[in-house]
Amino acid sequence: MDLKIEDVDDLCTGAAFLGAGGGGDPYIGGLMVKEELRAGRRIRILDPDEIDDDLLVIPTAMMGAPTVLLEKIPSGDEPLRALQAVETALGRRADATMPTEVGGINSTIPLFVGARLGLPVIDADGQGRAFPELQMETFAIEGIAGTPMGIADEKGDFATIRTEDHHRMEWIARGITIRMGGTAYFANYPMRGAEVKRASVKHTLTLARRIGAIIRTARARRIDPFEELETFLATTSYGVARRIFSGKITDLDRQTDRGFTLGQVTISPDGPGADCVIAFQNENLSAKADGALLAIVPDIITVLDSETAAPITNETLRYGQRVTVMAVGVPPIMRSERALRQFGPAAFGLADTYVPLGPF
Amino acid sequence: MKIGVDVGGTNTDAVILDGHGVRGWRKTPTTADVQSGIVAAISAALADAGAQAEDVDCVMIGTTQFTNAVIERRALQQVGVIRLALPATSAIPPLTDWPDDLVQAVGRHVTLVAGGYEFDGREIAPLDERAISKAAREWKAQGLKAAAVTSVFSPMNGTMERRAAEIILNEAPDLAVSLSGELGQFGLLPRENSTIINAALAGLATRVVGAFRAALKDLGLTVPLFISQNDGTLMRVEDVERYPVLTFASGPTNSMRGAAHLAGMGDAMVVDIGGTTSDIGMLRNGFPRQSTHFVDVGGVKTNFRMPDVLAVGLGGGSIIRDGGRRIGPDSVGYELTRRALCFGGDTLTATDIAVAGGWADVGDAVHLQGIGRDTIAAARTEMQRLIAANVEKMKTEARDLPLLVVGGGAILVDWDVPTASEVVRPAYASVANAVGAAIAQVSGEVETVVSITEANRAQVLDDARAEARRNAVSAGAIEASVEIIEVEQVPISYLPGNPSRLRVKAVGDLPV
Repeated sequence: MDLKIEDVDDLCTGAAFLGAGGGGDPYIGGLMVKEELRAGRRIRILDPDEIDDDLLVIPTAMMGAPTVLLEKIPSGDEPLRALQAVETALGRRADATMPTEVGGINSTIPLFVGARLGLPVIDADGQGRAFPELQMETFAIEGIAGTPMGIADEKGDFATIRTEDHHRMEWIARGITIRMGGTAYFANYPMRGAEVKRASVKHTLTLARRIGAIIRTARARRIDPFEELETFLATTSYGVARRIFSGKITDLDRQTDRGFTLGQVTISPDGPGADCVIAFQNENLSAKADGALLAIVPDIITVLDSETAAPITNETLRYGQRVTVMAVGVPPIMRSERALRQFGPAAFGLADTYVPLGPF
Repeated sequence: MKIGVDVGGTNTDAVILDGHGVRGWRKTPTTADVQSGIVAAISAALADAGAQAEDVDCVMIGTTQFTNAVIERRALQQVGVIRLALPATSAIPPLTDWPDDLVQAVGRHVTLVAGGYEFDGREIAPLDERAISKAAREWKAQGLKAAAVTSVFSPMNGTMERRAAEIILNEAPDLAVSLSGELGQFGLLPRENSTIINAALAGLATRVVGAFRAALKDLGLTVPLFISQNDGTLMRVEDVERYPVLTFASGPTNSMRGAAHLAGMGDAMVVDIGGTTSDIGMLRNGFPRQSTHFVDVGGVKTNFRMPDVLAVGLGGGSIIRDGGRRIGPDSVGYELTRRALCFGGDTLTATDIAVAGGWADVGDAVHLQGIGRDTIAAARTEMQRLIAANVEKMKTEARDLPLLVVGGGAILVDWDVPTASEVVRPAYASVANAVGAAIAQVSGEVETVVSITEANRAQVLDDARAEARRNAVSAGAIEASVEIIEVEQVPISYLPGNPSRLRVKAVGDLPV
């Protein structure tokens, strides 16, 4: 299947939805992809269930501060150079690329790489949403080596990283990103088709596009977008989605610590009742009302405009916005014990135990 | 005394304000030369107030001339576009995602050169001065009159943009050069878009500002002249010549602030009813609530915030159908006084309903005897429903607020709105826009990226506040009246040293 230019905006909206408040605004990435398609290049999307077991897949993405990306747009060569660094280290050319993270801007980088290098893009990723760190991947949980990893900037500088451990890979790459000017582009977790089938969250590019299309068209079709999202997501591997709160933003506390945006947003209901407090570390981690847990990571907590159902990233939250909070379950591969060690509540320093989002 | 003027697409309104409120006003048609319309409106308003030119302390003008030029793709110049950024940013060149007709209007004279800054102030690359000279020579040869310069992170450091302007002017001294760093705000693409549009308006800006000045001269007014900008504050007329784009959202801002002033209320909903649409917005402390997203102007993403207004298809010229059950969204617009029944025309409009119902008095009710009671009642109910539902939609708090009704179409409303605590149609509602221009303050702004720690936070914020105050004073504010109205600190994630984007804004009164 080929990605069409008219699908790009929907895919970006859906990627912002799956970003759970983080992941960076996909706007810039969406523009890059549209430019490639306008120039006549092709983006072929492959179903992970249908690929050859020995296909070499090298995922690509960007890391760093989304706010820097808004000023310093890439040259476009960075992710290509990162991928080529991995190819050199492996002594073999990639047969395909794929996202490491479907939430936010990183849904778009592999599409751009695919267009530029003529590589197909696998319809799957390693997070099923957005997470802040490189070891927070289903690939890592399933025992895929993160390195050799290539990381590159717009100046032509690149590095090849080899570590024994996924956390060390994150630590070293984060340091390089800062030296590269706050944003960097990378390729890591090189793997075979058989490993993609075992270790990825499947069909997430398609999922993002479908979510975006629902949000775009619901109003025109006079259908409640929230209801339709709930109905649709229940039919996917995510299993369940439901509105957990709606009201108006009445407080917003944001700080940086250890290189992350930490804080919480308070939403007050229209009528009487307890406020909803969402804690975030780049992405939304937990939502509580009156101390009772409404949803918690790794389940997706996403804040939507009550009027349009447009996803609102944490950088653009503002006092007075009328919002609806939706929680979405995650596929079984992300709820295993090993998965929860990598990106469950404890991995973010939360004391709460994971309670999977149920239907009601 | 102050004079507030609103130069709209259809009407030019003038009001005379003194410490006690509106002393005189006049609504006149906007003229093709702009100038004679302003002269007519101001002199009639002065006569209405029984005032003389020498009683006037300053003149404030709000105008939609520049917004309309972009929307209608008219009076725009070709622009030489230069971006200081290589090797970064080439994945998305300037003018990407612009509508084709607007690209045609500004041309595709685009150059990317080495330069720009990193977030921490280092250079991405040294500025490629020779490439800039070469581009400027080409633009000169092509007869271009305007140029737009954008550098990565220029809101933080504008040195490279200013150096590029020097080089361009050295090669082509007649070029009007717009610098993105002076248009503020982070976000390279929207800022660059605004800068290019600004440059495209340079010629029109000179003509319009010339018309404003000439109008004042004709009237014998030798007082300071200010122009309304997006955020409801004023800029000096010489700044408008350089930055016409800063006037873009001033229309809705002025009418909402004018409504607040006329009604003496700070927290309220406002509906500004024009000929074709009604704009509904919300006031808090006398200022409109801003939209959370950057706005599109003429199909291009800019870096301006506008008041969050919802346009509803109800205006004085809205066409009434189905025995009053359907209103608009089409309208007879500026032809109201020719096509509406009450003016002897052949089209049933919302204004006709208000006149036939006996709560408005324009035109001649004699033409309206054929309109049935049922039609009037149905149309009235439908207008009421439209406003009530959309006021509810725009309200961000649970309690009901007063609804202020202003604009030329304010006469449509004599009914209650169930979603508002009361409906207020202040005196001079039809010229709220010009009143908003007259009461505006001047502002000063600071936007920067700084490392904020617990130890230095107080000092950093104090420094920024002081700089914003200085900027307000240099824009013309009385020092004692300056206050800080906005402090926004947004952390930049994933980076050590706690860098934050800091924006501080101060406003103050003009000496009158």
